[in-house]
Formats: sequence, structure tokens, C-alpha cells
Amino acid sequence: MKKILLLTIIFLAAALGTASAQLINGAGATFPYPLYSKWAYEYNRATGVRVNYQSIGSGGGIRQVTAGTVDFGASDAPLGAKEVEDAGLVQFPMAVGGVVPVVNLAGVGPGSLKLTGDVLADIFLGKITKWNDEHIAALNPGVKLPDAKITVVHRSDGSGTTWIFANYLSKTSPEWKGRVGFGTAVNWPAGVGGKGNEGVAMYVKRMKNSIGYVEYAYAVQNKLAYAKLGNKAGNFVEPSMESFQAAASNADWKGTPGFGVVLTEQPGKDSWPIAGATFILVKKSQSDCKKVSEVLKFFDWAYRNGADMARSLDYVPVPPAVYGLMEAAWASEIRCDSQPVWGK
Amino acid sequence: MPEKTDEKVRMPLRDMPEKRASDSGPVAAARRYASARAGDAVFKGAAWFFAASVIALMLLIFAVLLKESWLSIKTFGLGFITSSTWDPVALEFGALPSIYGTLVSSAIAIIIALPISVGIAIFLTEMAPKRVSGPVGSAIELLASIPSIIYGMWGLFVFAPVLSEYVEPFLIDHLGFIPLFSGAPLGIGMLPAGFILAIMIIPFISSVTRDIFRMVPPMLKESGYGVGATKWEVIRKIVIPYTRSGIIGAVILGLGRALGETMAVTFLIGNAQNISISLLDPATSISATLANEFTEAFEDLYLSSLVELGLILFLITFVVLAIAKLLIARFSYQGGKF
Repeated sequence: MKKILLLTIIFLAAALGTASAQLINGAGATFPYPLYSKWAYEYNRATGVRVNYQSIGSGGGIRQVTAGTVDFGASDAPLGAKEVEDAGLVQFPMAVGGVVPVVNLAGVGPGSLKLTGDVLADIFLGKITKWNDEHIAALNPGVKLPDAKITVVHRSDGSGTTWIFANYLSKTSPEWKGRVGFGTAVNWPAGVGGKGNEGVAMYVKRMKNSIGYVEYAYAVQNKLAYAKLGNKAGNFVEPSMESFQAAASNADWKGTPGFGVVLTEQPGKDSWPIAGATFILVKKSQSDCKKVSEVLKFFDWAYRNGADMARSLDYVPVPPAVYGLMEAAWASEIRCDSQPVWGK
Repeated sequence: MPEKTDEKVRMPLRDMPEKRASDSGPVAAARRYASARAGDAVFKGAAWFFAASVIALMLLIFAVLLKESWLSIKTFGLGFITSSTWDPVALEFGALPSIYGTLVSSAIAIIIALPISVGIAIFLTEMAPKRVSGPVGSAIELLASIPSIIYGMWGLFVFAPVLSEYVEPFLIDHLGFIPLFSGAPLGIGMLPAGFILAIMIIPFISSVTRDIFRMVPPMLKESGYGVGATKWEVIRKIVIPYTRSGIIGAVILGLGRALGETMAVTFLIGNAQNISISLLDPATSISATLANEFTEAFEDLYLSSLVELGLILFLITFVVLAIAKLLIARFSYQGGKF
């Protein structure tokens, strides 16, 4: 009996102990989940503050932060300035990633196939159906292209990756823009759907003569043959941390209301054309002042100390010039009991 | 008669140890009797409550689905069921491809699983020696307890490559003239989803069928053998007619699982919002669409349309079960005559 009592006391003490430590809750996009978990782990070791991030999807993240059930939300697709305003949120980018077209073609290794945005759009529209189509051949003199049907692989689940990819196709093909458009899920004119980046990577790896699109890290990890893409400057560039970084640094962060910068088809001769940022959303008007300042401290810490951790996980950190902008936005927009929270 | 019942009720009470003088005598007995009756009433109330809570839960689920999908119902009306456009960008939603995929993949599963399951059940009850039927029976029950995600991953990594390398090219070469088997051998699509569903529901159908085959009175079978019937004749003319309603019940159990199965189907059906006559083409089902799109659906109309898909699945399952009950009632009536 004494033992049980002792155990109960220990458990209660433990429960109280965890409750008294600061806990920040976040929910949203699946793409940055590995990065946010890593940051949360390191931040906890450095400060003792616990950050709990649930990767339930961007849609769920936006809903939960708007409803106030979590302290921050995360979305892969930027919300428009009006959406951010209507929902009473502040949006800021945390990391940049690249989407890469991957192919499974006998004899075609990574980077040896060249594609442009309009040809890629025609393939995903189902207009170009064979690999030896003249449009593909014209871009790839010297590459042996088989007389085989193209199997298009796309995401079956709603995803920020799809948003970025379809946004790129909308910019490069008027027909794609008119018929399909862009969003986290679209009405695919052709192909099979794989669930998640890993699903698409798996399908492309297995199905001969297929083409799909995945986040860069998945192309690297699965050793898939990626295609080079023609960018806005007319150069064919390889997907790499450097070319994603180039796209991010050429973007106009300052002039975009709500910081909802879209990083597709960015200018610059080294820019990878299908890049995108992943965003954090925090409510503008807060009631728990201590909590919100903890949340902002965490992201401030991540901006300043998290870059190397991001690179080690194949994410590109946001350019240093952006931090200042973001923190100025926190100071001017986030209020707790009508008082500014950041930079007091 | 009433006295006798009373006596029965009081009997055990009298045997109880009596501590106080007031515990004896007819008044105390009546009091105890009354408290026993009160216990009965409480028990009856509780049982009623639990039974009613099942109905209440079902009605509540229905009500919530209806409420949450109201926006979509109001916006699209009947067009939601008849349209095959699923365009999250333009916020135009039609459920036909999902409904079609759900019904067709489940139908394929039943068509494949029913004969195999009945075969397994016949083998286990009528032919196999005990030392075989025991382990085989347990193995089948084990199959039923494998989580569906495992079936899905096995299907994607092991089964789909086999289908795309061997089975589907064979179907295309030999049956390709039938539109059902035209197209490319992708290894994922309506037919692979049907196959995996069949594998998943065989344990259910066969173990239930085996149990009901065991309930056929031995006298009936022995009479059959006695008048010179072969094993085949006994099975076909006695065992199967006798258990017909039970077999239908087993099929419905399997169908119920097939209609709602999510992960395994999502892995193998190809997740394409289109209706194709070819079973080799990628398709989608209600549960696959839900699993794929629920997490990222932000707009109210999008979410509401997904909930309406759930409502439709709820209604389909309800109708299937209702039809099954009717069939069972009809066949068991005929079964009584035979």
C-alpha cells in the first residue's frame, strides 16, 4: 500500500514537472516535419522549452491555428495576403525546398535529360504521350529516347509539393493554367497517384518509362534520375541546394504583402525554377503573452542557429536578409492585450 | 402457477444466512423480494441504455455527417453523385468516380473471394483430416488479424510488381480484346485493388462459412450418403442449401470490410479521379479519396464535399446491409422447406 502511495506521488510529481515546463504546440505541413522535430529537439536541449509539432497536413494546421487550438500552424503553400489578413494571422517562411522532376528511363542517368516548363506541362497534361516525341527530342540531342508510352506519376494526396509544382506549370504553360491551375490538390488530366513523396518515388522507381515529381531529398535518397530544367534566364540548371538558394535570394521578400513569396520561375541564371518556401503561421492577436513570446523566441532561435541543421537534412535555410524583415513584422503585427510582444 | 414462480424466486433468498430476527418473516421476505425486483429494474434499464446507445451513436454519426456535408449538398445537390469532375482548384466536386471505384473494387473482391472461401470451408469441414484442418483453420484466422496497412505495403512492394510483370501482360495479350483488360500493365489500378481486397476478406468469409458448415446436422449428411449420394452431391444438395443464408451473411461481412477498406486500397488503386472501363487503369474509391485529401483540404466547400463522400459511404454500407438482411430472411424461409 505504501509502495502504491509512493508511486502515485512520484507520478503526480512527474506530471506536475512536465506541466510546469513550457510547452509550445504546433501543427501542420508534413514536408518540414523532420526539420521542425530536429529544431525542437535541439531547442529543448538548449533551453528546456518543449516544442511539440504534429505533422497533420497544411490544411489541418491552418484550421487549428485559426481556431486557436495550437500555438502555431505550418503550411507548405503560402497563404495569399488577403487570406492571411482575414484569418488574422502572421505568415513567415522558415525554410526553402525544391521540387524535382524524376524519371525512370533505361540509359538515362541523373541530369542527362533536359526539360522545359512547357514540355513538362504537356507531359503532365497528357498531350505528349511518348518519350521520343519531337518536343522532348529537340531538347535532348544525343540522348537515346525510347519509343515508349510515358507513365505520369503525381501525388494522390493534397500537398504543398503539388502546389509548388502545379504553380510552376501554370507559369510556364497557358494551357495548364486554363485547364488545371494550381492548388494543394488539382484535377490531374493524366496519370497515377502515389501517396506522399515516398509513394511517388516508389512508383517512379518501379515503373519503367515513368515521370514524377518529388521533393529534392526524396530524389537524392532514392537515387532517382532527375531532369535538368530550363529556367527563366534560359539556362538549364541542376537541382541542388545552391540553385534553390539562388531562387530564394532572388525573390522579392520585402515587396510581397504577407511574405507569401512564391519561388517558382524566379529570375537569375542559377535559379532552380521549382522552388518553394514552407511557412509558419501565428495569430496576430494573442491572449497568453508568455506563450506567444516563447513561440517567437523559438523561431528566432531557429533562424539564427538552425541553418546548419536545415542543410544537414537537405532543406535550404532562408536567406539571412529575411530574418530582419520577419522580426520587424512580428514587432509591428503581433499584439498581446494590445501590447507588442516582440522587440519590447 | 403464480405461486410456483413465487416460490422459485424466494427459494434462494431463504437459504441466505439470517443475521437479525427481523430478517425473517413474510414482511422481510417481501422487502427483499422488492429489492431484488429493484435490481432487476436497474439491470433492465442498463441493458436498454446500452442497446439504445448503439442506435443513438449511429444516428449521431449520421447527423454529424449530414450537418458537416450540408454546404456541399446545398451547393451541388444531386449533381454531386452524377458528376465525375473532381477539381479542388475550381472547387467543383463530383463523387461518381469514387462511388464507382468503391462498388467495382468490392464487387471484384467478392467475385474472387466467394468461390475460394467456400472451397476452403468445404475442404476444412468435409475433407481435411483433423491434423490438417486445425492448423489451416488457425492460419486463416491469423490472416484476418493482419492490419490492412501491412496488406497495402505487401501489395505495393511485392504483389504489384508481380502483377505488372506477369499477370497483367498475360491478361492484355490474351483478353485485351475485351475492353475490361485493355491498357498498360502498371500493376496498380482497379484490378490490383480488387485482388488485395479479395485476399483481405477471404479469411472472414471462409472462417464464418466453415463455422456454419459445421452446424449442418450430421444426420442430414449421413442420410444423403445413406441413399448413395457422392460427396459432391451431399455438399451441393445438402450442405450448401442448408447454409445458404449463413453464406450470404458471411459475404456481407466481407463486403462490409471491402467497402470501407482504406489503406490497402489507397496503396494499390492508383488514386486517379476517373472512370475507365478497363480494370487495369488507375481509379479511386471513397475511402481512398478521403485518406488522400482530408489532411490538406482547407476550403470549407472542399472539406464539406469530403464529408459528403463519407456520408455516401455510410449510406451505401447501410443499404448493402439492409439488402443482406432481406436476402437472409428470404433464403432462410426457403431453407426451412427443403
